[in-house]
Amino acid sequence: MKDWVTKSVVVTHAIGLHARPSVKFTKLAKGFSSAVEVARSLAGPWFDAKSIVKVMAIKAGKGSTLHLRAKGADAGSAIATLSGFVASEFDEDRTDAARY
Amino acid sequence: MSKNVGIVIVSHSLDIAKGTADMVRNMVGTAIPLAFCGGNPDGGLGTSIEKILAAIDEAWSERGVAILVDLGGAETNSEMAVEMLPENRRGKVKVCNAPIVEGAVMAATEAWGGASLDEVKRTAEELSPQ
Repeated sequence: MKDWVTKSVVVTHAIGLHARPSVKFTKLAKGFSSAVEVARSLAGPWFDAKSIVKVMAIKAGKGSTLHLRAKGADAGSAIATLSGFVASEFDEDRTDAARY
Repeated sequence: MSKNVGIVIVSHSLDIAKGTADMVRNMVGTAIPLAFCGGNPDGGLGTSIEKILAAIDEAWSERGVAILVDLGGAETNSEMAVEMLPENRRGKVKVCNAPIVEGAVMAATEAWGGASLDEVKRTAEELSPQ
């Protein structure tokens, strides 16, 4: 069994991970076959990043850190895409072009 | 024909139904069949079985249709509309026990990924107190 690919990223967007980016975050995560999880603390609890209900409940505000981890064939790509999405302040054009 | 479950929004108020549908379109996109209805046949607040049936038809998907409702009559009229569907469609339409706006966005997001009707309904209902 492979290990988790992990990355932590600071939310810099003024409003934080609000409703619309939560939906996009979940949709991006669903695009990967790997298990993808997200947490506010490295100690957990870890939540399924493909569950819109769980992602919406995270409510990560500006300045908070999101911890991401993935395990599976496309884990590296999943973490790169999701951490990039958060770091780019939920860049809509780029992620839309990649996934829709 | 969509590979995704369709979503129907039924409110007593056409404005609420339309506004909720706008949020779903804006946040989740156009890849899911979506329809809404609200108001009674006279144009006042209420719901009508005929309008609900038309909305189910508009959002029809062979994968099924999840209905999000607001209060009382929206739920009972939606259930009556489901009972009036042709037999081959009846089992593929389910009314969700979830808040209308949040439930619609959650259900649509789950449906977007190609989830089954039961998974879509369960996702919307995760929001409700158990």
